[in-house]
Amino acid sequence: MDFFNQDLTSLHADLVNKKLSAEELTKATFENLKQTDAKIDSFLNLNEDAALATAKALDAKGINADNVLAGIPVGVKDNIVTKDLTTTAASKMLENFVPVYNATVVDKMTQNDMIIVGKTNMDEFAMGGSTENSAFKVTKNPWDVSRVPGGSSGGSAAAVAAGIVPVAYGSDTGGSIRQPSSFNGIVGMKPTYGRVSRWGLIAFGSSLDQIGPMTRTVKDNAAALNLIAGNDVHDGTSSEREVPDFTAGLDGDIKGMKIALPKEYMDEGIDPKVREVIKAAVKQFEALGATVEEVSLPHSRYGVSAYYIIASSEASSNLQRFDGIRYGFRAQDVKNLEDVYVRSRSEGFGDEVKRRIMLGTFSLSAGYYDAYFHKAGQVRTLIINDFNKVFEDYDLIIGPTAPTPAFKIGDEISDPITMYMNDVLTIPVNLAGLPGMSIPAGFADGMPVGLQLIGKSFDESTLYKAGYAFEQATDFHQATPDLGGQH
Amino acid sequence: MNFETTIGLEVHVELKTNSKIFSPSPVQFGAESNANTNVIDWGYPGVLPTANKGVVEAGIKAATALHAEIEHETYFDRKNYFYPDNPKAYQITQHEKPIAHDGWIEIEVDGQKKKVGIEEMHIEEDAGKNTHENDYSYVDLNRQGTPLIEIVSKPEINSPAEAYAYCEALRQRIQFTGVSDVKMEEGSMRVDVNISIRPAGSDKYGVKTEMKNLNSFNYVKRSLEFEEQRQQRVLMSGGQVQQETRRFDEASGQTILMRVKEGSDDYRYFPEPDVPAVSISDDWIKDVQKTIPEMPGSRRDRYVNEFGLTAYDAGVLTQTKEMSDFFDATVKEGADPKLTSNYLQGDVNAFLNENKVDLQDTKLTPANLAGMIKMISDETISSKIAKKVFKAIMQGTEPVKWVNDKGLIQLSDPAKLQPIIDNVLENNQQSIDDFKNGKDRAVGYLVGQIMKKTHGQANPKVVNKLLMTSLKAR
Repeated sequence: MDFFNQDLTSLHADLVNKKLSAEELTKATFENLKQTDAKIDSFLNLNEDAALATAKALDAKGINADNVLAGIPVGVKDNIVTKDLTTTAASKMLENFVPVYNATVVDKMTQNDMIIVGKTNMDEFAMGGSTENSAFKVTKNPWDVSRVPGGSSGGSAAAVAAGIVPVAYGSDTGGSIRQPSSFNGIVGMKPTYGRVSRWGLIAFGSSLDQIGPMTRTVKDNAAALNLIAGNDVHDGTSSEREVPDFTAGLDGDIKGMKIALPKEYMDEGIDPKVREVIKAAVKQFEALGATVEEVSLPHSRYGVSAYYIIASSEASSNLQRFDGIRYGFRAQDVKNLEDVYVRSRSEGFGDEVKRRIMLGTFSLSAGYYDAYFHKAGQVRTLIINDFNKVFEDYDLIIGPTAPTPAFKIGDEISDPITMYMNDVLTIPVNLAGLPGMSIPAGFADGMPVGLQLIGKSFDESTLYKAGYAFEQATDFHQATPDLGGQH
Repeated sequence: MNFETTIGLEVHVELKTNSKIFSPSPVQFGAESNANTNVIDWGYPGVLPTANKGVVEAGIKAATALHAEIEHETYFDRKNYFYPDNPKAYQITQHEKPIAHDGWIEIEVDGQKKKVGIEEMHIEEDAGKNTHENDYSYVDLNRQGTPLIEIVSKPEINSPAEAYAYCEALRQRIQFTGVSDVKMEEGSMRVDVNISIRPAGSDKYGVKTEMKNLNSFNYVKRSLEFEEQRQQRVLMSGGQVQQETRRFDEASGQTILMRVKEGSDDYRYFPEPDVPAVSISDDWIKDVQKTIPEMPGSRRDRYVNEFGLTAYDAGVLTQTKEMSDFFDATVKEGADPKLTSNYLQGDVNAFLNENKVDLQDTKLTPANLAGMIKMISDETISSKIAKKVFKAIMQGTEPVKWVNDKGLIQLSDPAKLQPIIDNVLENNQQSIDDFKNGKDRAVGYLVGQIMKKTHGQANPKVVNKLLMTSLKAR
């Protein structure tokens, strides 16, 4: 059975036509997973027994012909809580943590008959850009296992790229869906802030976090976003806006579309080979009848500084609940309450998490608040204004997703500032709360390079429309890594 | 040397809502430990707060009662600190943009009226409770997330007596809005005080000391009195007051040092990203204000002007909203206001004191009290019988039917009374003679005989009138 690189539409058709049962698909998925994941380590916890039981029940019930996600195996990033399924956020702090409730997105997956395969690896508490900050394992890039898959949703990206699952969900605070999607040659969408409920997403930067889908094709991605989008009474920041069908309007016609290319996204900080790929993409869009013009996002270069203050400040507060009192890791042989706090947190958190807690705590401290947290908020406003100005005249913005293709494991882990600069092109999108998507746009030295599409607030549809047209005109999305395994 | 005292009060009031401020868990006093909690109250990974709209409306009501200005855009902040009763390790409160500011309430001390300013009023969530027993510490999160308002006074209170009056006035006004029970004994009202003294005329405040969580107004007053004296002694003997937190020891009436404050705590406040800012329109404010019950001052004026009660009586009746509401409802049922006032302050109050209950915990209803009072007014029953009727209505008995069934209706019909009077006179020639000889005492004896024959039901007024006429005719 060679269905590991099928898209959702054909896989779903096979299930509906009974060419394949949900149980067969699920069994094959786990067989393939065990072989493939031995090489890339994309999963932390598997849900095998429950997944097989669900698949059997689904076969008995029948596959819903109208729901393209029914019976489809899915990977879920491990910072999204799953009832009765260990959820660690890749931290020792939550090593044996079994949640008592489901995230809203997980409820939607199960209610729509998706088969949850397991929890994917990530940087601890989503802090990092390489998945090397996981407390448990380092995920490898399936295109070159000596390289990182990016992060923090590196497990989800690698699992999709390696053909283990056709869809996985990740979270994106500063680029954590788009950058690994770029590194792995897949499609990853960070929806508009408020488009998807955050209920059950273990918070990192609450004003920035969004859950989004990672798939092999644009159309699959649109279907996977349809599933999770919408208002949720459990999340006061989720939008009450109506959700369109994101798979509608995917017709390849983008004639007359006005596209902006920020010059700051093509400067010397970007790997020349990446720039070449983007230049070719620009030509492709022009060939499809769109116009592409250079614009400026003058404050985007302050984005990384502002982001690391805002996200770390929020994280320093969000992560205080991990105190060793009610759940999670608690240090042994403690002397008093202070000792419980200090030792549980010192032993339970990894270095990168501690670094950000310290940075955030400092930025919020009396006497520093105005110079750091408050100032960062002002920069955020300037960045929002930059985008608003461009969107007065353009339908969407394009550019590279990341400054480089995937780097070698171990290369940047000891140099946080270089690591942080990976997010320079994705961070402004989170600060402005806009939708951003990475799609495969070519290769540099054999490694995938992603094209980032940035849209107006709540206009994911235009990103999908443009992304689909590009995808149909190119064949980068059809390339698959060779892991020397079953496929 | 003369000193001037400056007192500040921070009063926490628990709002009476069905559910918590940021979670659907019920708010209920006295439940089993952790029974009223869910994942949000536990500060579980991945949970988010969702704001209870009713809390904002309660805030608008309270702010209105405090004559405070309501913000049109208000938002929440996080106050960060670690403690086991604080599961998220931050409290969601309002720091930068509280819902209301710049209000005032009127207090009265020794007949002197004074306006005390309110600096600000903000909304926040309460913490849980830690208890310690047999070498173990326990956390109960039932109270976690209970909505609170905190009311911060301006430094305009200048004596412990004024502080006491401020607490009373504040409790009364909040209670009349209906947003809280304001029961000190259940912790739904808690008071933190701070006090400093300075040489009279000095333009710089002295160093202040504070006392937290005082749970009676009496303790507020006594602790401030002690502190005022203590600080004076310190300054008079050439010492300096330290900025410190002290505890009031109820038994000795003294304050005891808990900890010296060095600098201020750093709570790293920042805007709460999970709860969107709240827009409060003028229309919303107006709609909410329409639902606020009449305040005590306006009720007092009405009682004096419309019902002719004394200012004193009007004051007593408006001490609590329950009493005032009960009075209004009884009068609405047609009872005479003065009699109603007398009964509520007299027999009803005595009953409450004797049984140590609140008015709302008794079986007395405004309709039954009015039923009895109307029968007194129209002389259907005598005041003697009324004593019996009162006991019955306190048991929830409907008085009109009860009086009828028991045959306790006053006998006022002359046609029925005259034969009885004639009969008594015929059998008491001696008394008639005594009366003729100017011995008024004889009348009393004769009335007694008539009452005896009528089992106390004869209307004394009518009996007197008929008896005098009959005596003179003989």
